[in-house]
Amino acid sequence: MKTASRILGSAFFLADYEVQDAPRYGAERRGAPIFAYVRASRQLINERGIIGQPDLVVVADDSLVSLPAAGVLQGLRQHTVMLINSHDAPEVWKDRLNTAATVLILPAMEDSEDRADLPFVGTACAAAAACLVGVISRDLVLEAIRVELAAHGSQLVERNSNTALRAYDAMAAQAGCVTEGVEISASNYDKPQWIDLPCEDVDRAAPSVHAAATSTRVKTGLWRTVRPVIDDSLCKRCWWVCSTFCPDAAIKVSTGGRPEIDYDHCKGCLICVAKCPPHAIEAVPEHVAQREEKQGA
Amino acid sequence: MTRRLLTGNGAAAWAARLARVDYVPAFPITPQTEIIETLAEWIDAGEMPGRTVTLESEHSMITAAGAAAATGVRVFTATSSQGLLYGMEMVYTVAGWRAPFVMINVSRGLASPITLEPDHNDIMAARDSGFLQIHCSTCQEVLDSVLLAYRLGEDHRVRLPVIVNLDGFYLSFTREPVELPEAQAVAGFLPPYDPESTRFRASAPNSQAVAVLGSSPYSYFRYESHLAAVNAAAVFEETAAAFAETFGRRYQAVEAYRCDDAEIVLVMIGSFATKARQAVDQLRAAGQAVGLVRPRLLRPFPAEQLRRVLSGKQGVAVIDQNISMGMGGVLHAELAAALYGKPQVPPVLASFIGGLGGRDISPQEFFEIAAITRKAVEDGVTPPARLLYTREELREVRKLQAIAHQERNTLGPEA
Repeated sequence: MKTASRILGSAFFLADYEVQDAPRYGAERRGAPIFAYVRASRQLINERGIIGQPDLVVVADDSLVSLPAAGVLQGLRQHTVMLINSHDAPEVWKDRLNTAATVLILPAMEDSEDRADLPFVGTACAAAAACLVGVISRDLVLEAIRVELAAHGSQLVERNSNTALRAYDAMAAQAGCVTEGVEISASNYDKPQWIDLPCEDVDRAAPSVHAAATSTRVKTGLWRTVRPVIDDSLCKRCWWVCSTFCPDAAIKVSTGGRPEIDYDHCKGCLICVAKCPPHAIEAVPEHVAQREEKQGA
Repeated sequence: MTRRLLTGNGAAAWAARLARVDYVPAFPITPQTEIIETLAEWIDAGEMPGRTVTLESEHSMITAAGAAAATGVRVFTATSSQGLLYGMEMVYTVAGWRAPFVMINVSRGLASPITLEPDHNDIMAARDSGFLQIHCSTCQEVLDSVLLAYRLGEDHRVRLPVIVNLDGFYLSFTREPVELPEAQAVAGFLPPYDPESTRFRASAPNSQAVAVLGSSPYSYFRYESHLAAVNAAAVFEETAAAFAETFGRRYQAVEAYRCDDAEIVLVMIGSFATKARQAVDQLRAAGQAVGLVRPRLLRPFPAEQLRRVLSGKQGVAVIDQNISMGMGGVLHAELAAALYGKPQVPPVLASFIGGLGGRDISPQEFFEIAAITRKAVEDGVTPPARLLYTREELREVRKLQAIAHQERNTLGPEA
């Protein structure tokens, strides 16, 4: 998402806009939800930090909507356009979120034939956003991709460019639908609901957690977009490869040498898929896996 | 001169490169690491001369920086938050050596509890060390301030190290258009460092009064450092004028925005001051005479300039992104000290504390700060200090506490 924000930022900059782009993240980075933002203006930008009232919200994966920490619904207004990478229809999302915002669907990238294209969802988001704001040409998107990705080699630039053009063109019917919102007025605004913090007992007021192993209660598995699934018939019971390489210690091996994935804490990094010598672990898109689970149940 | 998108960290690295630094002692810490990574990459690729060494801690890093500066080379280093505190013994020590170098601090709130996001308690801890402090509010200013800082610190009348401060995330990771000056123009503004006779050579050792001293010589050397820091105020003006002549960008020790006819003035340091600037524009559009004052220089404290710009104003609202436990906002207290007993002092000097741990300050909050200050002027009563904290935020904390307490209840205190 950081790269996506930089591609969009560079494209605006190439179109002679003043620009601000920045990522935001917390302490846990590997596989954690991340957001980034872009501001663009013909004038000097004084605003800074979190965008309280975004004109456009791009959601790279629809599983983020249900994560409160991702905060994708923050500041959504009627004026806002929300572009979401999803298999569900815009009406479904409008109904689900009960929002007055315009909802658009970025065709889900995992339908692409070549699974190696998957990581380029960021580029697709940036290019689609560039089309929706209506002031960035296709050529400038390609130029911005070259600026941001040149260090990674021409092959990567080309593949990202192809993904970008597909996404840009997919938004053609809505080109320019994102417009600048009205500023909050200094003479008529909602007063902040400030409170005086009470001085509380130290038992409550000290930032301490006394219970052990609380981190297991955070279901980091919700962050997963692709699920590793072990094919029992291909697994050679080597007892150690997948479980050793799992960076989140989310694979346990039973005494019989059978590996078991803790889906509550597997973030879907797919290192196990890459490492398994007999290729016994398959990567299944999360929404497909969930659908199959439901049908099986 | 090229204009390109750079993060605050990128701008800091470019400034070090343009300043032709000889030595970069380094130690990683979020959100600063990108600076030393960038410099290490350039030095490794031969794009930039100089040496970089990763030390085993900030304590050693700052020692190495001071020691190298004492030999007469140009030194650059960078840290943040806990790192600055870990090296604090040496921050105070090397400042006393009167060997100039530039250190970036990327502001980040201090533990405990721990955070990655910015406020100014880290840099305030270095306030009394002898380091000069320049505070930035844009990425352009980061680059320019580092160049200014070298010329300022290396000036024979000053000879003190300088910290250039930028906020984590809101500058460090935020890209903005930055004008990158030509190397030749920088070389003209910032000639090679000439340490003159203050240079230390191992082959010709001399004493720099680092022995344990009695009270009289101790007081003498400490006060000399103070006087040099005070001197730096005038030297900053000269340096900024020379900078403006070369690069066309003018930096005052105190930035005053729409203050001339202002009745109410907001006072802030750092990157959130640009948000205040935006709010001032909106308040002006609504017909309110509000301005913004931003001290760029915090050490030396630009007391005279602040008195001048605030003279005759009706109300001042200081927004501190720091908190001195048991006292309140540091900037508020310093400003009060600078104004007390002087003629034409604003009768209302209100204190607001906000942006702790990177907590956002909304436009509505700036509007409300202006409204409260105006009301205080009308009533003639300065309001008590106000933490910018909403009911909704407390509700969020209550949720976390409920989870924590639930665990205590189910697992017991022994767990």
